[in-house]
Amino acid sequence: MGWAIALHGSAGDIPLSLPPERRQPREEALRRCLQIGVEALKAKVPPLDVAERVVRELENAPQFNAGRGSVLTSEGTVEMEASIMDGAAMRCGAVSGLTTVVNAVSLARLVMEKTPHVYLAFRGAEEFARQQGVEIVDASHFITEENIDRLKQAKEANRVQLDYSQAIQNDTKKEMPLANGDSQIGTVGCVVVDGHGNLASATSTGGLVNKMVGRIGDTPIIGAGTYADARCAVSATGKGEAIIRGTVARDVAALMEFKGLSLKEAATCVVHERTPKGTVGLIAVSSKGEVAMPFNTTGMFRACATEDGYSEIAIWPSSKN
Amino acid sequence: MGGWAIAVHGGAGVDPNLPPQRQEEAKKLLTRCLNLGISALRSNASAIDVVELVVRELETDPLFNSGRGSALTENGTVEMEASIMDGPKRRCGAVSGLTTVKNPISLARLVMDKSPHSYLAFHGAEQFARQQGVQLVDNQYFITRENVAMLKLAKEANTILFDYRIPNESCGAGLQMNGLPLSVYAPETVGCVAVDSEGLCAAATSTGGLMNKRSGRIGDSPLIGAGTYACELCGVSCTGEGEAIIRGTVARDVAAVMEYKGVGLQEAVDFVVKHRLDEGKAGLIAVSSSGEVAYAFNCNAMFRASATQDGFMEVAIWD
Repeated sequence: MGWAIALHGSAGDIPLSLPPERRQPREEALRRCLQIGVEALKAKVPPLDVAERVVRELENAPQFNAGRGSVLTSEGTVEMEASIMDGAAMRCGAVSGLTTVVNAVSLARLVMEKTPHVYLAFRGAEEFARQQGVEIVDASHFITEENIDRLKQAKEANRVQLDYSQAIQNDTKKEMPLANGDSQIGTVGCVVVDGHGNLASATSTGGLVNKMVGRIGDTPIIGAGTYADARCAVSATGKGEAIIRGTVARDVAALMEFKGLSLKEAATCVVHERTPKGTVGLIAVSSKGEVAMPFNTTGMFRACATEDGYSEIAIWPSSKN
Repeated sequence: MGGWAIAVHGGAGVDPNLPPQRQEEAKKLLTRCLNLGISALRSNASAIDVVELVVRELETDPLFNSGRGSALTENGTVEMEASIMDGPKRRCGAVSGLTTVKNPISLARLVMDKSPHSYLAFHGAEQFARQQGVQLVDNQYFITRENVAMLKLAKEANTILFDYRIPNESCGAGLQMNGLPLSVYAPETVGCVAVDSEGLCAAATSTGGLMNKRSGRIGDSPLIGAGTYACELCGVSCTGEGEAIIRGTVARDVAAVMEYKGVGLQEAVDFVVKHRLDEGKAGLIAVSSSGEVAYAFNCNAMFRASATQDGFMEVAIWD
């Protein structure tokens, strides 16, 4: 037992040749966000607050595909979505189609706490945001040069950039040439458990580069991109359509609940046996303080720490994976 | 065992004082839709085509809360959502926030078949609908006088937006919420599940959502794993308290229980309704790849109809 925290900045075809100037800012951001989460846990901040706080940081970091730094739709706009879930009471909140809200994860939390609903989207969500007085900025705030480039490239390649893996109809495994060889495609997320076994999960994203306007991915869908109950908390990242059909986050918990698997076994099973290669990564913690961070893509920006002093920040598979 | 099977629903949680005439109308509609599905299955239509066909019929009829006859948002408009899932490869499609698309379930199918995505919503979904050339109508088309009156009642009672929580007092005497019969809020979401003669399953769900809901509110119906799910083992469609269905990942759990615990359809259905809903009220219909049909609900009633190839057929409302 003991607290544990894990966070991710997306899974995908992150090339091993990622140059230092692309790699280091992300590692730094992961380190900083991990530190924020760890300090909060040490100060006995409740898991839901910790998860929200860490995801807010990740949203604010322009290196990741959430909040500022979100990828662009086919029309060059930003549409952000997020969800959050509190394992203890299994309360949850989700938002989609945000264009001016600085922290989507916080709005998701407000939906959970201030409305009888679970999920608000698009104009209705934006109106709610205004009523709640959350921080709102001009839509241009979220757009970065890198993402303008990324969209341009995707349009030239004339297909949707599906988190590095081939598009659904594709038969050839084509390497997507990415701006400067790196990628920002994916999602950010955080899962937390405190010393009493209380769990929480939160995920946030800008979605897919060149996505159709109005496209919703796995991130705001409870059971797909986010899930938390009394056994575990899970946040997934990767190819949204695969995560939805694979009900990834719920499946980890379901395997534990119905088949008696351990966290590691369940997480490994879902990622390596139940979803296609190159599509998914996830982070998970259990009520007992265990951590699992499997992925079936080339890499996953991730970090974790546990109360007994262990901590890790990584991108590609480590020997432990 | 084996052979086709089909089930249809028109919502869980029913006003116990529902006028007999209304009950008759509901049963007639359920019967008509069931027969439509049975005919198609007998002609070897695939499950995915059958569920779409049946739900289109339910959307077109103004009786239940989907398509025409949808519940109204707090603004007096209609915002519809739906999802469809094809068991064999677990392909899926979903839509939310539709205001002019005559048959949301068909747009959900087009999202699945003709777009690189699984879920489109609001103006993006409407744009896609125009590109696809589906039938579009004015938002007024979906609004019925009855629902305008219901909305007024709901606003006067100053209630909301419940994924309806049955109030503290007993469920026994008239099901009420804030002094009004449940039917004012009752989702009456519609759905259909089918397994065809090849043992392939599919599921589809469609709704206008909650009466007096906030614009932009999304419920369980378009969420894969919550309101709708289909895989190699089964097809499931849910209805009831949206929040409970979402947090309980109800549709997915029926299949998960079958797969991970190795139990049969009815047992899985009963288990999920009993254990995955907490205080929430909901119901579901399901079919298995081996030709079984099952349903369960933890409230007073669910509009439902089901049939199997070996001649079983039932149309019912109450427990």
